[in-house]
Amino acid sequence: MISKVGAILWKDILSEYRTKEMLGSMVVFSLLVSVIFNFAFPPGSELMREAAPGILWMTIIFASLLGLNRSFVYEVDKGCLQGLMLAPVDRNVIYLSKALVNFIFITLVEVLVLPVFSIFFDLNVINSLLQIFLVLILSTAGVAIIGTLFSAISVNTRSREIMLPIMYFPVFIPVIFGAVQSTKAILQEQPWSVIWGWLRIVIAFDVIFLIVALLTFEFVIEE
Amino acid sequence: METANPSSADVQAGALERNFAAIEIKNLTKTFGNLYALKEVNLSLETGEFLTIFGPNGAGKTTLIRILSTITKATSGEIVIGGIALKKTPEQIRRQIGVIAHQTFLYDDLTAEENLRFYGKLYDVKNLNAKIAEIISEVGLELRRNDRVRTFSRGMQQRLSIARAMIHEPQFLFLDEPYTGLDQHASEMLTGWLKRVRGSQRTVLMVTHDLERGLEMADQVAILNRGKIVFHERRAAIDPKHFRNRYYEQVARESN
Amino acid sequence: MKATTSTNRAVVLLGGALLVAMIINLYLIFMLAPEERSMGQVQRIFYFHVPSAWVAFLAFFVVFIASIFYLWKKDRTYDMVAYSSAEIGVIFATLVLITGPIWARPVWNTWWEWTPRLTLFLVLWFIYLAYLMLRSFVEGEERAARFAAVFGIVGFLDVPLVYVSIRLWRDIHPSPVIAGGEGSGLHPDMKLAFFFSLFTFTLLFGFLLIYRFQLQKSTIAVSEIKKQLAY
Repeated sequence: MISKVGAILWKDILSEYRTKEMLGSMVVFSLLVSVIFNFAFPPGSELMREAAPGILWMTIIFASLLGLNRSFVYEVDKGCLQGLMLAPVDRNVIYLSKALVNFIFITLVEVLVLPVFSIFFDLNVINSLLQIFLVLILSTAGVAIIGTLFSAISVNTRSREIMLPIMYFPVFIPVIFGAVQSTKAILQEQPWSVIWGWLRIVIAFDVIFLIVALLTFEFVIEE
Repeated sequence: METANPSSADVQAGALERNFAAIEIKNLTKTFGNLYALKEVNLSLETGEFLTIFGPNGAGKTTLIRILSTITKATSGEIVIGGIALKKTPEQIRRQIGVIAHQTFLYDDLTAEENLRFYGKLYDVKNLNAKIAEIISEVGLELRRNDRVRTFSRGMQQRLSIARAMIHEPQFLFLDEPYTGLDQHASEMLTGWLKRVRGSQRTVLMVTHDLERGLEMADQVAILNRGKIVFHERRAAIDPKHFRNRYYEQVARESN
Repeated sequence: MKATTSTNRAVVLLGGALLVAMIINLYLIFMLAPEERSMGQVQRIFYFHVPSAWVAFLAFFVVFIASIFYLWKKDRTYDMVAYSSAEIGVIFATLVLITGPIWARPVWNTWWEWTPRLTLFLVLWFIYLAYLMLRSFVEGEERAARFAAVFGIVGFLDVPLVYVSIRLWRDIHPSPVIAGGEGSGLHPDMKLAFFFSLFTFTLLFGFLLIYRFQLQKSTIAVSEIKKQLAY
C-alpha cells in the first residue's frame, strides 16, 4: 500500500514540478492578499498587528482553496481518475495520497509566505518558530483532511468553485479558531496551557475527520 | 481491500476447468434516476472469444464498459468475470482487466516511461523496468520514452494507452470506441495489435461504431440500442455485405 | 404504497394531537406563565427560541443517523428521511436566528450578540444551507444523495467542535448571557410552560417530518411511473 501511495504522490509532485501551475498561483495569490489586507488598515497600527494572525490564516485558507480545487479537477477533466479507479488500488489509498499531496503543497506555500508576512506585519516569529510550525502542521493537516474530501465532492457539482468554500468554511471553523487563536497566543507569548487549549481542538478535528474521511471517501468517489 | 488473488494463469485454468463462460452477464440493468441506460442485457463469452458490440450514440455502450471495468456499479443483474463475481470482489477482477477507451488515462505532463511506471506500480507489476522496456518497444515508442505525453500525436497516445492497458498482462480487455480520432495509420496499427491479441487467448469485448473493423475481428456480434441488446449472433452467421443494412434497420426499428 | 392508509391515519392522529398540544401550549405560555421580572413580556420568546434550537439539533441528528444508514444500506428511504429532516431543520434554525435578535434587542439594545448559542446556530444554519445547496447542485439523484449523506455526517460531527471553539473564544471575550433568564430559578409555572413547549415543538417536528417524507415519497412514486412509461 505504501508503494501505491508513494506512486500517486510522486506522480502528482512530478506533474506539479513540471507545470508549476498550482504552487505558483497559490504563492502569488497569498502575497497579493497579504498586501491588500495591509491596505485595509491604517499603516503600522496596533490594530494591524492584533489582526495579523487572523489575516495570516484567512490568507492561507483562501490560497488553499485554489490548490484543493485543482487537485481533482485535472483528474476528473482528463478522465485520469477513472484510470486510478480501474486499477487495484484501495479507494482509501487514493484519498491518502491526495490528502498528502495537498498537505505538502499547502505547507510549502506557508513556508514561503510566512517570512514575507511577518515582515509586512512586523511580527516576531523567530523566537517561537517551533511553536508556530506546530500550529502550521496541525492546521494544515486539517485543511488537507477536510479539503481533500470536500473537493472530491465539489468537483462533481455545477459551479464547483463556489461549492467548495460553501461546504468548507462552516465546517472548518474549529480549526480557524484554533489556528488563529493559538498563533495569537504564541505571538503574545502566553503560557503553553493557553496555546495547548486551542491546539487540542485542532488535533481532535484532525483525528475525527481523518477517520470519517477514510470511511466515507469510497462513497464519494464511486460513480 | 486487496486480498491475495489468483494469478492470471489460475484464473484462466479455472475458467476452462469449470466450464465457465469467461464473461457472463445476466440481466444487467443500469438506471440513472428515471432513465434506463441498460436494460436486461444478457451476454456470454468463452475464453479467447472476441465480442463486438455496435450501437448508435447514447445506446449505453460506454455505460456497459464502465460497469464491466468496475468503475460504475450496476443497478441490478449478475456479472461474473473469470469465475469471480463482480459485485462481491471487484478488486480481484481489476488485476485481470485492461481498458482502452477514447480517453487515454495518461498524464500529459509525465513522460511515456513515467506513465507506464506509475501504472506498473499500481498493478504491482514484477520486474517493472524490464516490462516497461518490453512493452514500450512492442508499441513502437522506444524512441519517445522520455518525452512528455503532451507532445504525442493522438495515434501515439493511443499506442501508449495500449501499453498502459497491457502492462499487467490482463486476461480480459475492454475497448470503448478505440478507433475514435485515429488516422489511417494509427487505425491499422490498432487493428494489427488486436489481431495479435486474438491469438493470445485473451477475452475481448469491444464497442465501436466502425462496422468494418468491428466485424473483422469478432467471434460474436451484438447490437445495443437504447440500452437493450437488439441483435446477437455469432460472426460466422453474418454476411458482412448485408450487415450494414441490417444494422441501420435494427437501429431505425427501435427508434420508432 | 399499501402502508399509506395506516400511515395516513397515523398522520391525521398526530396532526390532531399536535393541534391540541399547540393550543394548550399557547395558553401556558401566554396565560399561565408569569411575566418575567427583568425582561417583561418579551421574555416569552424564550418559550419559542429554545425549543426551536432543540428541534434544529434534533433534526440535524436525524440527518446524521439517516445519512449513516443510507450509506450503509443504500435504501432510498433513509435518504428521503435525511432530506426532509434537513429542510425542516433549516426552518427551525432560521427561527432561532430570528427569535434571538427579537429577544436581544429590547433586552440589551443591540440586534446581535456573539453568544455561544446564537453563534453556534449561525454556523449550523450555514452547514444546513451547504447541505441543501449540495443536493441541488449535483447532477444525478443517487449521487446527490451520497454526497449529501457524507456531508451530513461530517457536518453533524463538526457541531460539538464548533461549540467548544466558540465557548473557548467567548471565555476570552465574555458577553452578556441570555441565560440569566433561563435555567436560573425558573418559577414552576414557567418550567411547565417551557417543558410543554419543548414537547409541543418535538411533536411539531415529528409531524412535519412525516408529512414532508410522505410528500417526497409520492413525488418519487410519480417519477417511477414516468420512468416506466418512457420505456
